[in-house]
Amino acid sequence: MSTQPSDFNRGSLTRRLLLGQVGSAGLAIAAAPAWAQTMVDLALPGGPGERPIATNFPQKGAMILQRTRPPLLETPFEVFDQDVFTPNDRFYVRWHWAVIPTAVDVDKFRLAVRGHVDRMLSLSLKDVQSLPQVELAAVNQCSGNSRGFFQPRVAGGEWANGAMGNARWTGVRLKDVLDRAGVKAGAVQVRFNGMDEAVVPDAPKFMKSLAIDHAGDGEVMIAYAMNGEQLPLLNGFPLRLVVPGWYSTYWVKMLNDIEVLDRPDDNYWTKTAYTIPDTPHANIKPGETGVTFVPINRLVPRSFITNIRAGAKVPARTPTLARGIAFGGDAGVARVDVSSDGGRTWQAAQLGNDEGKYSFRQWETRFTLPSSGDHSLLVRCTNTNKVAQPDMANWNPAGFMRNVIEATPVVAG
Amino acid sequence: MTRKMLALALVTAAVLIPLAGRAAAPLQLKSVNVDFPQSDRMFAGQGADALNNNCLACHSAGMVLNQPALTKAVWQAEVNKMIQIYKAPIAAADAAAIVDYLARTKGSGS
Repeated sequence: MSTQPSDFNRGSLTRRLLLGQVGSAGLAIAAAPAWAQTMVDLALPGGPGERPIATNFPQKGAMILQRTRPPLLETPFEVFDQDVFTPNDRFYVRWHWAVIPTAVDVDKFRLAVRGHVDRMLSLSLKDVQSLPQVELAAVNQCSGNSRGFFQPRVAGGEWANGAMGNARWTGVRLKDVLDRAGVKAGAVQVRFNGMDEAVVPDAPKFMKSLAIDHAGDGEVMIAYAMNGEQLPLLNGFPLRLVVPGWYSTYWVKMLNDIEVLDRPDDNYWTKTAYTIPDTPHANIKPGETGVTFVPINRLVPRSFITNIRAGAKVPARTPTLARGIAFGGDAGVARVDVSSDGGRTWQAAQLGNDEGKYSFRQWETRFTLPSSGDHSLLVRCTNTNKVAQPDMANWNPAGFMRNVIEATPVVAG
Repeated sequence: MTRKMLALALVTAAVLIPLAGRAAAPLQLKSVNVDFPQSDRMFAGQGADALNNNCLACHSAGMVLNQPALTKAVWQAEVNKMIQIYKAPIAAADAAAIVDYLARTKGSGS
């Protein structure tokens, strides 16, 4: 079991009360003391958990600064209490290579479609937008979200739980683009490449591939908008691949090159990086050998309490509201259950609006702690494939795919 | 009361129709030109030169400073990855100095 990180030194409950009274998030944020927004403690086991709050990244609001260059920006956890959709200016950011274009001219941009196709294409943004428009709500989650809670700790981006977000993506079906080019018989994969580049020219370009049937399933999208607006540059402007129900490593940003392959992709980022143990929950023991690794793929269910932070004081013997978000991963949310007695008994939470099976889903319930003192609140999502979050945290050397039932310690009094 | 509700309904319709119309039209994408903030964090102390000279070209220091305590073997593997896979042009003597620095300042003692 793990604890959620404490986020800003500002209780979500208090903030929510403020919101209820003034009806304006802007006022509530303005009322917070300036010092509360300069640093955050992610409470990572063994540390270091202190991170600055950055407000100087373009098109971004207050974000947890994990790394300046190339940018790694985490969404402060309180944001997930505010809406089922994550605002674009608070959506997490993750880049592999440091040479990222800082300017994109929408008239000059072209998307190439090439390789094992009948016709090579060079599509302008207007060409892309002339295809049928589709819209889909979907969670985008980094493979290594929550890596900082792995024990023993592992190297990598030391995220708390904020390397995820939910948006309404607008764009075109990848299938429609591939059909325009005409995929030849014998195609096996489609490889996606963006405009980012490594400082060292010999370093492997960041590219990811999907199986040809997956690429053409009609769900995989090329998005030109999120939450009704063009993407922030740091989230992949002007085009980003959207692979619903799959980890974000496949959601290639600043997508400008699509190559249909007649052989399996052997590039480093598809074949070697982003692989997980081929075991239940991608779980192995530290140091375990003889393990087969496979490319990371489908998201797994997760759920979080968003209105009560770790260590919060809650009243004893009084019904108290808990609410949060859940997602089913590659399937919808079937149910969310909450336990306030260490998992002996569970109660079903009420689910909020269904925005689609790949979306966050809000939930809420009331719990009553029978006595003063220390307690722990657990929340568990079960998806429509009847897959539930596990009791035990997984471990693997890359820190991928954490989805243990989260525990939030509270003090009743 | 009825008139008020009718007026409200008319206002609502007047607001909703243009919104619906806008949603159907393709989004007008606009060119973007931004600047990224830079980091001025440096490694400090004995042996820091090897890191400041070799690591900061590709990533800011925060990536390293935010890491947990890791064993020397793990740090060695990280430096090897930077050289062998990410093609960082680091001289052998500097690579050894980098691993020593990391094991000393961010090591777990085993």
